[in-house]
Amino acid sequence: MLALALALAAWACGHGNAHELDLSAGWVPAADAPAAGTKLHTPPPPFSEGIFPCSECHEPDMPVNTKRRELSMAHQEIVLKHDAEHRWCLDCHDATDRDSLHLASGEKVPFEESYRLCGQCHGDKYRDWRAGVHGRRSGQWDGEKEYLLCVHCHNSHAPKFAPIKPLPPPPKPERTP
Amino acid sequence: MNAPDTTRRDFLCTLAGCAAALAGACGDVTHTEFFRSHFKELTPEDLDGILKKIERECETKYGKDVDVKNTPAREGVQFAYALDISRCVGCRRCVYACVAENNQSRDPVVQWIRVLEMDKEKGIDFEHANPYYDAETVPRPGHTYLPVACQHCENPPCVKTCPVGATWKEPDGIVVIDYDWCIGCRCCMSACPYGARRFNWKEPSLPADEMNPNLHVLGNRPRPKGVVEKCTWCVHRVRDGRYPACVEVCPVGARKFGNLLDPSSEIRYVLDKKRVFVLKNELATHPRFYYFYGL
Amino acid sequence: MSVFGQFLRFVTGSVRIVTRGNALYWTWILSLLVMIAIGATAYVHQMQTGLISTSMRDQVSWAFYIGNFTFLVGVAAAAVLLVIPAYVYHWKPIKEVVILGELLAIAAIVMCALFVLVDVGHPDRLQHLMPGIGTLNLPTSLLAWDVVVLNGYLVLNFTIVTYLLFMLVRGKHPNYAIFTPLVLLSIPWAIGIHTVTAFLYNGLAARPFWNSAILAPRFIASALCSGPAVLVVLMQLLRRFTRFEIQDAAIWKVAELMAYAMFLNLFLLGAEVFKEYYSGTEHLIHMQYMFAGVGEHDAIVPFMWTAVACSFISFLLFLVPQTRKNPITLNLGCGLIWLGVYLEKGMGLVIPGMTPDTLGEIYEYQPSRTEWLVAMGIFAVGFLLFTLMVKVATPIMLGEFRVAGDEHAHAPAKPATA
Repeated sequence: MLALALALAAWACGHGNAHELDLSAGWVPAADAPAAGTKLHTPPPPFSEGIFPCSECHEPDMPVNTKRRELSMAHQEIVLKHDAEHRWCLDCHDATDRDSLHLASGEKVPFEESYRLCGQCHGDKYRDWRAGVHGRRSGQWDGEKEYLLCVHCHNSHAPKFAPIKPLPPPPKPERTP
Repeated sequence: MNAPDTTRRDFLCTLAGCAAALAGACGDVTHTEFFRSHFKELTPEDLDGILKKIERECETKYGKDVDVKNTPAREGVQFAYALDISRCVGCRRCVYACVAENNQSRDPVVQWIRVLEMDKEKGIDFEHANPYYDAETVPRPGHTYLPVACQHCENPPCVKTCPVGATWKEPDGIVVIDYDWCIGCRCCMSACPYGARRFNWKEPSLPADEMNPNLHVLGNRPRPKGVVEKCTWCVHRVRDGRYPACVEVCPVGARKFGNLLDPSSEIRYVLDKKRVFVLKNELATHPRFYYFYGL
Repeated sequence: MSVFGQFLRFVTGSVRIVTRGNALYWTWILSLLVMIAIGATAYVHQMQTGLISTSMRDQVSWAFYIGNFTFLVGVAAAAVLLVIPAYVYHWKPIKEVVILGELLAIAAIVMCALFVLVDVGHPDRLQHLMPGIGTLNLPTSLLAWDVVVLNGYLVLNFTIVTYLLFMLVRGKHPNYAIFTPLVLLSIPWAIGIHTVTAFLYNGLAARPFWNSAILAPRFIASALCSGPAVLVVLMQLLRRFTRFEIQDAAIWKVAELMAYAMFLNLFLLGAEVFKEYYSGTEHLIHMQYMFAGVGEHDAIVPFMWTAVACSFISFLLFLVPQTRKNPITLNLGCGLIWLGVYLEKGMGLVIPGMTPDTLGEIYEYQPSRTEWLVAMGIFAVGFLLFTLMVKVATPIMLGEFRVAGDEHAHAPAKPATA
């Protein structure tokens, strides 16, 4: 018995796991997310049918009403739940170039790169997203990854995730009589 | 199964000398299988023969062309997984994607991922966890969700305890099972602190039209009754560079996967920038499955 | 006559002995055979449908079969440990005690092997455990160690008994230079099999209920109760049905030793209970499930209290000289000990260890009909084997069966057991 115990103990102390991860010599902190300027491959924005280009309706000679108000002529379905107290349409949508968005600096941003607009407030999410850690990822873990735009998952006017129906629970185990 | 070769069967039974032990299963065993070597010692020809045999069996049983691979581990790759529990909403999309991808039995229901609903105020408390929650919508207020599957431990107690070496850790860190070698003693299930292993208590059933024909011999190929199975991180996908099915399906993007040795991988980013923890760290199993708070 | 010829006559003589007996003997044998047939049928059903015909599930993946296995390893170990008091107290029939103990050990080990066999999902792959064609996972797997020590123990006991009986049947004295070392080896080996079996559970950090350093001592203590209980009953039966002379003093001494063993067993249980309840960590829940139930889950609670009561009452019966010397209370005590240890090992060790499972789920296990029937069949195999072996050994020990010279072997009229 003692011999067995000793043998086991000796084994337990001496055995080196062949696949043990040794990062002592080579631990390098993870690379930063791709730099902010890097263009990322994303699918086209998920516009509703017939909504884009915006300039189809918002013609250049149309007067721009910058007042906060209840929308009555169009876009009535939009209920802003995105820090609505401090924000209005034209904080993000460009009043002069209706097919474009703009940053706080005034720099115009196409809808295809809307993540830059989101990222100016949500910097931590933006960084995580570029690294592939915020959001859903597909593609190759060792190569080309498919990114989604923020707006593929979040409604930009009400970005909080809506609760969803769960798939059914597993059956409880039953005894055999 | 194939029509058994009677003489070989007789020989086998005589040789084994324990007719009682073999009474139930003799018909399924051929001479070659009886004297087969351990998976790691198979010659390339033997292994090829085994892959071909599985292909033939699957084609007969499910009537479709299947591809059984034995893609080996890649050099310089150590897999790890991370799950953002501040994002998981408990929708179980991962559970069902896993079942579809990995050919789990539909009846009896075998699921490799178990999603536990926990009371927020109790923290991570298995004693009060509920895997059977159902609701109109999730997340339910006051609850968090903790999906659990194989943790692919660095120091796996299941591997240590298997009396025949039918389960082992691959060079890339995936813990696999040879379903042809497992004797079904369930020592590994007793040893696993994460309830990750499932036993085929009866013949698994898998509708032919739902069968995934992209198979790995140590992964998602259909299993026989009487053996243990578990998550393999979709070994048939990840060794081809793809993400596990659960990673791709997760609607909130809570699941992350990658190569620990690659500094630009998502997994290294998580370890570097986030607060991570592992389940039951006091047991020193050193899981390769990290949970983190992304928020 | 050559040794081989003598051995042949030993074998044929043995066959003749076991095929002759009175009505009582045949009733016993036939009822065992019927039970074996029922058990075998249930096992065939289990093989066809899979282990789903048991009540084991992923949540409780080891249960009744493995509990019985554990109990019987204890019986096998303790039967041989009885050699120690026989030796220390210079009992007259020491050879006989050794023989009976080792026969019991053989029967118990065979039952152990059968319980493992019926528990595995692929008995057709047990060759993977064999050296040469398989890969026995030593030194890390405790089940692999168990396979080694149990088979070694079976071979050792079988060798000792066969050798001893074959010498006796030829009217010779055993060569003590061979016999004594083997018997002495079998004693630590007996402790070894039960320790390794305890380690099989003990080593699993995932199951805090088993991951306690006093598990192996508890196994030994409880085995030292259950093993001798069988032998005490058996010695009385032999005394009644054969010309065996077994003194009361020997039986009383065994009963007294059982009282001490039971004290130790209860003490260790108490130590475990104290540790769990006083520290009250998350690990307490297994013991709560065992003794109080958790929520509406309390199916095993009555069994566990019965086990404690049996153990405690038998302890008192064996402790008080008057009750251990009274044949009625003595045998009552043996029955209670057997029941107490059986419940404690069969149900009380395995099931609370698995309930709740590692993720906190409670699945209330109770053996299915198939499990009961298969277990009954295996016990019948063990009893049959033991009966036949004792029936052969008894006339040899009494000098009624000899193959030496021209003497003709003859079967005794009386059955060895009833």
